[in-house]
Amino acid sequence: MTTAGLLFRRELALAWGGGGGPLMALAFLAAVTAALPLTAGPSPAGLAGVAGGATFVSLALSSLLSLDRLFERDLEDGSLELLALGPLPLEGVAAVKCAAQWTATGAPLALAAPIAAVALGAPILAAPIIAAVSALGGLAFAFVGGAGAAVALASRRGGVLIAVIVLPLLIPPMIFGGAAIWAFTEKLPWTTSFALLAAYSLAALGLAPFAMAAACKNALS
Amino acid sequence: MITALRLRSVGVRRGERLLFDGLDLDLGGGDAVALVGPNGSGKTSLLRVVAGFIAPLCGAVTFEDGKGPVEPAEARRADCHMVGHQDGLKAGRTAREELRFWSLWTGSDGRGVAAAAERLGVERILDLEVRQLSAGQRRRVALARLIAAPRSLWLLDEALAPLDAACRALFGEIMTGHLQAGGLILAAAHDPLPTPARRLELGA
Repeated sequence: MTTAGLLFRRELALAWGGGGGPLMALAFLAAVTAALPLTAGPSPAGLAGVAGGATFVSLALSSLLSLDRLFERDLEDGSLELLALGPLPLEGVAAVKCAAQWTATGAPLALAAPIAAVALGAPILAAPIIAAVSALGGLAFAFVGGAGAAVALASRRGGVLIAVIVLPLLIPPMIFGGAAIWAFTEKLPWTTSFALLAAYSLAALGLAPFAMAAACKNALS
Repeated sequence: MITALRLRSVGVRRGERLLFDGLDLDLGGGDAVALVGPNGSGKTSLLRVVAGFIAPLCGAVTFEDGKGPVEPAEARRADCHMVGHQDGLKAGRTAREELRFWSLWTGSDGRGVAAAAERLGVERILDLEVRQLSAGQRRRVALARLIAAPRSLWLLDEALAPLDAACRALFGEIMTGHLQAGGLILAAAHDPLPTPARRLELGA
């Protein structure tokens, strides 16, 4: 087995094993879905209008929940030092950690998001595009969020800082993803927004590992 | 395989304080050096400089194998073990999972893991979660990967502090064996190392 695969399996086991990560994110999505009709009024037409967008926003926010554990635990228990002395450069370590984070929370959320949206009244035909947008956007959330988590390592109250750093960076993918879902349900051209979302996710995939590695090195020194 | 570690006029500053300056050190195959000095004299910082976590203020750290100088990043990634203040073990995983992962991560093929656990006397606690282990047991698990994954340079930062007398003596034998096989050991320690070692005083 390659060293990247070895690390990926460990990170996945850690994310699932704690019980926190994926279940907490799914519970958050379920809670928002259940609370929205109570606060926004039960009119089906009103709910159906915001179903896709509201689901996507709560998906973005729920992917923030387990970010503070991504690097902080490893720094506290000494794992980060040992990972740095391993065969993979820190850029690779960071990328694998984010990929595992996406597999553990992003993928289950992408499967749950269409259910939540349809429950709120989104047309059932929109379910595939909601799943696709959620999966693709989830990649951006995981990698950009990972960069925020790594930068926040240097501070004491990391959890709050992560949200402050990451939320502005999550606005573009939220706009592109929300626009793609909305355009699809309105039967308008949606591919441009979808392509922009894909471009953002790819950029995050390519750039965030370097930021994370630099931030981790800074935290270790 | 690293056969020599050389430090030339290395200076390290932490915050505003200059910990040491002009430090020279030559460590060859079979050498052990014990870093001694009062708290805060820079023992940990020196080890972290060698491990590449801290950039020295001045001076150079070089590694050599049998053929000549080795790229430092490469030497650290392929041939350097570090046991620091924390053991790098996840509380919620079993000792077996953690020992196996770190052994494979640092280059073991997985076959030496059971033998290493037996050598350190931890084979009976391997199926317990790390949170259930005492500090000494955790350290034994952490030290077991030094045997499970052969790497020549060992950086030990007070690694023996939580161990009982019998285990210290046992690890002394292990260190002696590592040195006889051509390994290098750089250890920060307040108590004398249980193996013959040169002393390097910091903060004197």
